[in-house]
Amino acid sequence: MADITNNDLIELLGGKFGNKITGVNEPYGLLTFETTKDVIIGVLQFLKESEVANMNFLTDITAVHYPEKNQIAVVYHLHSMVKRIRIRIKVFIHEHTPNIPTATVLWKSANWMERETYDFFGVKFEGHPDLRRILNMDELNVHPMLKQYPLEDPNRVDKKDEYFGR
Amino acid sequence: MNHNQPVYTDNDPQEELVTLNLGPTHPATHGVFQNVLQLDGERIVSGVSTIGYIHRAFEKIAEHRPFYQITPLTDRLNYCSSPINNMGWHMTVEKLLNIKVPKRVDYLRIIVMELARISDHIICNTIIAQDTGATTTFLYLFQFREHIYEIYEEVCGARLTTNIGRIGGFERDFNEIAFAKINKFLKEFPLALKEFESLLNRNRIFIDRTAGVAAVTQEDALSFGWTGPLLRSTGVDYDVRVSEPYSSYDEFDFEVPVGTSGDIYDRYLVRNEEMWQSLRLIEQAMEKLKGEPAGVFHADVPDFYLPAKEEVYNNMEALIYHFKIVMGEIDAPKAEVYHAVEGGNGELGFYLINDGGRTPYRLHFRRPSFINYSMFAHMSEGMLLSDAIINMSSMNIIAGELDA
Repeated sequence: MADITNNDLIELLGGKFGNKITGVNEPYGLLTFETTKDVIIGVLQFLKESEVANMNFLTDITAVHYPEKNQIAVVYHLHSMVKRIRIRIKVFIHEHTPNIPTATVLWKSANWMERETYDFFGVKFEGHPDLRRILNMDELNVHPMLKQYPLEDPNRVDKKDEYFGR
Repeated sequence: MNHNQPVYTDNDPQEELVTLNLGPTHPATHGVFQNVLQLDGERIVSGVSTIGYIHRAFEKIAEHRPFYQITPLTDRLNYCSSPINNMGWHMTVEKLLNIKVPKRVDYLRIIVMELARISDHIICNTIIAQDTGATTTFLYLFQFREHIYEIYEEVCGARLTTNIGRIGGFERDFNEIAFAKINKFLKEFPLALKEFESLLNRNRIFIDRTAGVAAVTQEDALSFGWTGPLLRSTGVDYDVRVSEPYSSYDEFDFEVPVGTSGDIYDRYLVRNEEMWQSLRLIEQAMEKLKGEPAGVFHADVPDFYLPAKEEVYNNMEALIYHFKIVMGEIDAPKAEVYHAVEGGNGELGFYLINDGGRTPYRLHFRRPSFINYSMFAHMSEGMLLSDAIINMSSMNIIAGELDA
């Protein structure tokens, strides 16, 4: 269906960025790979501007916290509406120094997506024009989606997860 | 930070501008949005959107709930078209578990999803009319939303937050009354929609208020991540139902309407045409249902689909499965999946990461309202205040989806 296959894309990226592209995987047919934060904007820009890939659309930016690895993964979903193919890019950064360059230079939609990611995970997007909290109140001094923050008050005895099969 | 003050004040050295708090509970905004606007007369100089007033931490809650308990959370995203969210979530989990649902379930789902799309578009288009001063159309077409809710009621028992369907299919089959109501709707709604269009499409006042207002270029729309009717009104023919067909949409014959200028009038026309296309889809689905074996309403996945209550009480095997599902002894595979459906407002995506347990390790909703709305303050600059109000109505921002 797609006019370009995942293999084409990975060859294209491998030729340009070489060993910066790691962990290539295809869960449920969606090409996924990891890269580093020093080349992420280059990778995004290359995919956006390449005639072959034509990833014109930034679908989503979000993050995932992996406390046992002390890492936060920033996840980008790109989409080529012309070639009808999606791609997922992950950048692992350290949870104590969660800095990554901003993608607002490429897509304006990145503005709010990055603000949301900052709000919930504390990821600092360097160069972002307006990095403020977006959904939570400004007085909140934590980034609540990090795994160390429990959903409810852990001291409550009536709502222990095991009573509910969770 | 004081939310009643403009965030940026360096553009007004002589303090000539007026600060207006539009919202958070203004009757013209149809939801809980706050915009702090700086006005020069009636013209907006700059605006800052403050959102999050009904943020309910769904992504955090979802990390602590088994899959079937996340469906009610998705209801409350875009509560004007809850069934699309429900179906999108079920399909995400089915993709994760590699469940293949029967064709009949696909068709039933299409009926429910397209009804939801119609009810979503009814709300948006009648409210554009309402905000331009045409109350009649609003009241007239809104009764058909009620008829759609009655169909939901027959199918699942609920009206607004539907929790419709289950992983693998539906919790029960559509009954005769539901089909009768769908047929009645298919017969009556086209007449009303035609009247609605004849009241507005060539209406001088309506055109003056909407045509050429808030026009958006394709480049801007794509850069700001617009999807759905908003993006199509600028002329980009992107529709998830066509681009990545799910739920057997590829077997159906329908058109994707596009606009040319991306102004409010085009958005209105695109949504109206989509309602006609949705009706076509429902008619085709009703026709296709006749060729499918009756009584099939879910896939055979005992690990994830709750058995019928009478089975649980009388049958050992069903009781075991019921217990295992409810007590969470069945784990889902370790994987990550992204699934998108065409919601009422655009591409509604579910990014699910499972680490092998029964609850998601991480679940992220790609919420079209949230991403579409990021352009609003930027668009409003230089616009008249009254135009900004209809612009907001025509973007169909639903607070539940905006704030998750």
